Amino acid sequence: MNKDHAALAADFNKDEARVDWHDETLWFVRAKRDRAAAQVPDWEVLRETASRIKDNVLSNLSEYLRRFEAEATRNGIVVHWAADAAEHNEIVLSILRNHQVDRMVKSKSMLTEECQLNEFLHANGVEVVDTDLGERVVQLAEEPPSHIVLPCIHWKKEEIGELFHQHLGTPKGNADPQFLTHAARLHLREKFLTRRAALTGVNFAVAETGEFVVCTNEGNADMGAHLADVHIACMGIEKLVPERRHLGVFLRLLTRSATGQPITTYSSHFRKPRPGQEMHIVLVDNGRSTHLGRKDFRNSLKCIRCAACFNTCPVYRRSGGHSYHTAVAGPIGSILSPNLDLKKYSDLPFASTLCGSCSNVCPVKIDIHEQLYKWRQVIVQEGNAPAGKTAAMKTMSWVLSNPGVYHKAGRMGRWFMLNVPFTVKNRFNAWFHQRELPDAPKQSFGDWYKKNRKHG
Amino acid sequence: MRVGLFIPCYVDQFYPQVGIATLELLEKSGCEVVYPPNQTCCGQPMANSGFEHLTKDCTALFVKNFAEFDYIVSPSGSCVLHIKEHAHENGGLHDKIFELVEFLTDVLKITAVDASFPYRVGLHQSCHGQRGLHLAQMTELMAPPFSKPMQLLNMVKDIQLIELDRKDECCGFGGTFCVTEEAVSVKMGKDRVADHLKHCAEYITGSDMSCLMHMEGILKRQGSAVRVKHIAEILNNNHE
Repeated sequence: MNKDHAALAADFNKDEARVDWHDETLWFVRAKRDRAAAQVPDWEVLRETASRIKDNVLSNLSEYLRRFEAEATRNGIVVHWAADAAEHNEIVLSILRNHQVDRMVKSKSMLTEECQLNEFLHANGVEVVDTDLGERVVQLAEEPPSHIVLPCIHWKKEEIGELFHQHLGTPKGNADPQFLTHAARLHLREKFLTRRAALTGVNFAVAETGEFVVCTNEGNADMGAHLADVHIACMGIEKLVPERRHLGVFLRLLTRSATGQPITTYSSHFRKPRPGQEMHIVLVDNGRSTHLGRKDFRNSLKCIRCAACFNTCPVYRRSGGHSYHTAVAGPIGSILSPNLDLKKYSDLPFASTLCGSCSNVCPVKIDIHEQLYKWRQVIVQEGNAPAGKTAAMKTMSWVLSNPGVYHKAGRMGRWFMLNVPFTVKNRFNAWFHQRELPDAPKQSFGDWYKKNRKHG
Repeated sequence: MRVGLFIPCYVDQFYPQVGIATLELLEKSGCEVVYPPNQTCCGQPMANSGFEHLTKDCTALFVKNFAEFDYIVSPSGSCVLHIKEHAHENGGLHDKIFELVEFLTDVLKITAVDASFPYRVGLHQSCHGQRGLHLAQMTELMAPPFSKPMQLLNMVKDIQLIELDRKDECCGFGGTFCVTEEAVSVKMGKDRVADHLKHCAEYITGSDMSCLMHMEGILKRQGSAVRVKHIAEILNNNHE
């Protein structure tokens, strides 16, 4: 059986100094987000506005999608519809085959991670080079990104130096970030110049105009798309905004929430192919329609993938992105993934203390921690709870609903000590590995009250 | 006013002194306080584990015990939040149930306490009280600061309240999370404790004993002399 979040997190925690470093690195980003947000007057109004625009989008999604398709087609873009990941991957492959292309550059797209496009294309003889620096690092290391905005945040610069030494031939022991970035630029420049197809993600698509916006800090999406004969843009169907003017709301929120920058270095609008170029858009459902039909969970489709919830999450910072074993990790991943595969991701809604910090930083006000709670109910109702846990909960429910039983059990030696999972004092119990329990007092509060107050 | 005192099960069993301090504080403030003897638990441990559907009897018992009172007060934000938000058949108790701190500041509107606590004290802001019941402003929001527990602690003579690097980070207790995600839970607790130690706290206080129990467990295992104390004990002038 594959390891669950708790087991993977325990592995991550074997190196405590590294956990501290990971936590501090991401907390720094959270603090930067706080400073950036504080500089915007009416930040909370901006969040509320974004949330409501997305409410409108989700309530009229089919209409906006048809409008977008019509406008994009009018602009000369070829629009494709993919019901699921497999269809999406097939569409991309067929476009590449039509152009006899077997090498492609790709800028950051979490959707293609979700669809496992790289693996699929590789199996079909197409080489994909990720051009986002962080993505390239994890690609060279043959592992998935651990964070949707900062894909290699779990890598230290010395380790990247070693990785580049092995793959790009940089001098051993050189871990200077500027030097390594320059080496990556030279390496990627050759790819940009020689690849005829480029795939990008989409941050926002505008129904009114049929254009789409791609936000990057490195300009790698632009470099790829502008040089390529074929530009393929892949987007989840929820990425729409109704009108171009709404972009102002989202572009102000996105990067401040993500990294604490006022805006991404490049916020590029793509509206039509340049003469001689082909431009394709693949609109992907992959479970989103189902999700839209889940009343309690649909508003998680508002997500603009800023990862503010990752950076603020005290669990994510101390368990690392790979512990979530899914393309989109962190709190938002924990409420999106169960929709894709309830059984496989049934551990994720439990990888939280329900502290609520995620919901507060979310720029589109998704009630993330409430949805984590609600997914727990669904997971149990659909029979995905361990049998032992279910039995224990039933016993607990019975005792706690029967005061006579509860008090008798308490008098017989602190019912809690015997029955509440974390209070059993032995070396097999998780509480006691690294914590002590309070000494059991001579009498409970109830006993004291009986002796000391007339009502008792 | 007749107040029904709701003492969470683990406080009843492990921290009777917190129940006593809460009771005495409310009595001193002029409330007629009754502790219904048949109370057990709010049902939160089950609900947060995904078994909300098994809490109906628990909630019914709660309503039976507390329906008669003008107010229900409890020294735990987490349990109060559960009754308000997840005990769906709570018979309209929603508006009558208060966490102790907010009851003191918002209902009784107390302006003074007869207490002195000459120590360096760090306040642990428990998440359910803070983000759930809005006992204090949340650092994520761009909104004016306020803190009801700080408002009360500032009434205590000679207390030295310390600043923390991370004002409102979760301690990692999280109910059954503390055992199901033991590694992360403990690491979160250690980090929270370290913030208080870095700023030379002699005591860590807060309004949820569950978080304090978790941090106390870590402090004790570390052999630290730093102790935890529920805010009710400090406000009630209980030094030991």
